[in-house]
Amino acid sequence: VAIDFHAILPELVLAGTALLVLVVDLFVERAKVVASWLSIAGTLVAGVALATLVGAGTRVSFGGSFVVDNYALLFKGLFLGSLLLVLLMSQRYINAGTAYQGEFYFLVLSSFVGMLLMPSSRDLLMLFLSLEIVSATGFIVAGFRKGDARGNEGALKFLLIGVLSTAVMLFGMSLVYGFTGSLQLGPIAERLAQLGDEPAAVMSVFLVVTGFAFKVSAAPFHFWAPDTYEGSPVPVAAYLSVASKAAGFAGLLQVTFVAFPSYARYWAPAFAVLAAFTMLLGNVIALAQTNMVRLLAYSSVAQAGYMLVPFAVGSSADPAVREEAFQAVLVYLLIYAFTNLGAFAVVTLVSQRQPSNLIADYAGLARRSPALGVAMTAFLFSLAGIPPAAGWYAKFVIFKSAINGDSLTLQLLVVFMAVMTVVALFYYAGVARSLWLGTPPEGAPEPAPQPVSPALGTAIALSAAGVLVLGVLPNLLVQYAPVSTLVAGP
Amino acid sequence: VEWFDDAALTLAVFLPLLGAVAVAVLPRERDGLVRGAALTFSGLALLVGVGMLARFDYGAGAAMQFEVSRSWIPSIGAGYHVGVDGIALPLLVLSLLLSTLCVVYSWRILPEPRNPKAFLALLLLLETGMNGTFVALDLVLFFVFWETVLIPMYFMIAVWGGPRRDYASIKFILYTLIGSVIMLLGFLAIWLRSSPDAAGRTFDILALQEMGAAARFGGTFGTIVFAAVALGFAVKVPVWPLHTWLPDAHTEAPTVGSVLLAGILLKMGTYGFVRIALPVLPDAAREWAPVIGVLGAIAIIYGSLCCLAQRDVKRLIAYSSVGHMGFVMLGIATLTPLGINAAVFGMVAHGVVTGMLFFLAGSMHERYHTRDIVELGGGMATLMPRLAGVFTLACIASLGLPGLAGFWGEILALLAAWNPAAGLSVPLFRTLAAVGLLGTLLTAGYFLWLLQRVNLGRVPDRWSGKPLGDVAPIEVAAWSPLIVLIVALGFAPGLILWLTSPSVTGWFTDLFA
Repeated sequence: VAIDFHAILPELVLAGTALLVLVVDLFVERAKVVASWLSIAGTLVAGVALATLVGAGTRVSFGGSFVVDNYALLFKGLFLGSLLLVLLMSQRYINAGTAYQGEFYFLVLSSFVGMLLMPSSRDLLMLFLSLEIVSATGFIVAGFRKGDARGNEGALKFLLIGVLSTAVMLFGMSLVYGFTGSLQLGPIAERLAQLGDEPAAVMSVFLVVTGFAFKVSAAPFHFWAPDTYEGSPVPVAAYLSVASKAAGFAGLLQVTFVAFPSYARYWAPAFAVLAAFTMLLGNVIALAQTNMVRLLAYSSVAQAGYMLVPFAVGSSADPAVREEAFQAVLVYLLIYAFTNLGAFAVVTLVSQRQPSNLIADYAGLARRSPALGVAMTAFLFSLAGIPPAAGWYAKFVIFKSAINGDSLTLQLLVVFMAVMTVVALFYYAGVARSLWLGTPPEGAPEPAPQPVSPALGTAIALSAAGVLVLGVLPNLLVQYAPVSTLVAGP
Repeated sequence: VEWFDDAALTLAVFLPLLGAVAVAVLPRERDGLVRGAALTFSGLALLVGVGMLARFDYGAGAAMQFEVSRSWIPSIGAGYHVGVDGIALPLLVLSLLLSTLCVVYSWRILPEPRNPKAFLALLLLLETGMNGTFVALDLVLFFVFWETVLIPMYFMIAVWGGPRRDYASIKFILYTLIGSVIMLLGFLAIWLRSSPDAAGRTFDILALQEMGAAARFGGTFGTIVFAAVALGFAVKVPVWPLHTWLPDAHTEAPTVGSVLLAGILLKMGTYGFVRIALPVLPDAAREWAPVIGVLGAIAIIYGSLCCLAQRDVKRLIAYSSVGHMGFVMLGIATLTPLGINAAVFGMVAHGVVTGMLFFLAGSMHERYHTRDIVELGGGMATLMPRLAGVFTLACIASLGLPGLAGFWGEILALLAAWNPAAGLSVPLFRTLAAVGLLGTLLTAGYFLWLLQRVNLGRVPDRWSGKPLGDVAPIEVAAWSPLIVLIVALGFAPGLILWLTSPSVTGWFTDLFA
């Protein structure tokens, strides 16, 4: 079978860049920053390679295990965009902190190769492999601050829980294979439908789903997230909270809606409970945080809770309703990615001078640097879901998809989510308030305006523009979500 | 000119937004330029409003005019559909006028920490949200504009507010958000039921009103959805017992914030009832009308009693708003054309009169540095005769003296309650009318008592000899349009009723007959 090289071109470009960065870094003595520029250039080239695949129809290769369709393209675009922002964020941060620049960029790029593979993976082995590429490199970059005890603790937690979840998932996959005799998602769906209510098969489906629930940090599988985010370099926390989570959701969408639709009556109610619990836990604990990164970590747990709501619609009999739920997750991920990366870009900036990342460090930031304040305020209110920032639309489509499901469970879930949005506003608005009004602690002098490096400034400006423009004209981006569905009729 | 008819509403809504962006990018040092830009953009928007008043076809007030319908978010079926009829137009013009006057007032008078650039940018953003709410004819668009006012108002209170601004601002935003997310769920439920097949579902308010008239949303569904939608509106009005955010927000907000909060933001809630809740869910409205009426009557009495107990002038005016909005809600609850005309008139009159009162309370605070009635101690008529004169005028307008703006909204609402729509309990509504009448007496009582304590009497020693300047030129500029309106609307209520009647009759005569 001939390999369709064009289909895997973006992945090839990115993998090649990763290797190139590693080699070049060996031979460069002083100007280590070249690794960063090389990575950015490689990302852009990969973006061009991706663009050549748009509109070229669905490409199937590797015997159906690797598929490039609109769904995959949308996710790949999301990942490359996130990668660009993460690289822009990392430039000064990593420059200042460590000598291992080549290694850092190599690991980040490799992790993103795994992410690019994820939405194209249409069998369990490919899913597993891409998830492991994402995770294994993630473990290392999460512990990149070697001298920091919290960094070590966070990375170790991440590693242990990651390995545990992988083991659970792999066990589930092996059982699924045992029951269906296939690794490919399509045939699995057919065999499971024929199999009917086999309790052990239901259990194996749940094991696979649980593995992904760890990746998206859904409660009660979330507890690694705050410690790991806090211990990681801030750009890594950004990428864990956005790109790695999005990869988890890509996998979750594929296994639930494509491979296991016939068991939706089992997993959909479970997702309702999982979503409610995740929203509750993330939002309530976030209320008590004093550290900015931990606040964003719990907020991202809560956001995962919102994104799990449409999965509860998965058992609907109407394929159009299921399809809308599927799209709602995509739209939410797109908008969330812009918003959260922007917020983390601001955190990166502030942490260059105040590495403690306390919320108190942000007091009066907007007075010193108004543009930065406006951007951060936009990100916070976008996370809260208040127009004109883009987050309202993300929440809107989730509400709409769940109401569409037209069942009592979903209606209760939606009302619960509505209440949770209000709880969330309390801490988001609290930070926003402190940005504009907070005063530095007693006796401390008012700090000078925050210096902004060009790379970080670009990252923040791009995200802020995305958040504000998408808030007014959501259709610019989200019109691509409907063309990218995987949900087939029953 | 045809292009004007097409562009008018879009200009009226988005000129302030453009102004906000312009103010935000202008350098802070160029203070005059910043203020000039804010005044230019809000003034241009007001001019567009005046142009619309001139071009409005008063004979066809029932139909939507200046209507524009464009695709906005086709993936969810939401459109950019805007238009005004005789109900929306007066409110839109009121919003344009009050916003411009607020920009004028802020020219000189701005509380700490000043920063006119940020303040004016927020004010203009707020104006876009308010204007948009009154012209939106699509539920999603309505929701977006409705929510857009939250952030600027939050910051106005949190940054420029009084000593308890932290508490007041977060209470305001949380209270309003819980109401509006529940309201959004109600909108989505309406959308879901608007058609059995996905392709036919719509967020378009006019289409939904037709479906509502055809009793599409009846039964238990209608009852629950009405409750959800009405909750969002009721928090904003605010209807007793959801009013507790209002006294705090009003008291702590800067003058301009209070003016817009009382003048426009509260009306967004009552406007929602008239534009969306009643026409789309008429059967449920009839079921809920007695509840709304009773809550309205309670608000009238409760607001008045609270006013009697206040020492802070601004807090007193805030509670008087609770009472006045009670009359508006009572008018709406009668479900009669007369009641709804009264409600719309009451909204405009309350916006003008209470907006004026908050301006006055702000200016008194500016001079005395206190709003405590006991500390003021009386004698303002001697100290600052002109300010006291305007204050007297605004107070007696607010208490509903015939010949001034406040009278008609209340008396018409009471008359309407005497003869509610068919199917509503006549004894109940007549009782409510009687209660409302008692409320007008209490209202007269506390306002006259306020005037007695503030205006009359000897000048206390602490103020005598102090240089408390009388009405300043900038205040004359900001207030004179309102004073003219207070008198004009009092003598010629037809100015508003002439506009609203055709629309109200067109919409509501058959709906609840």
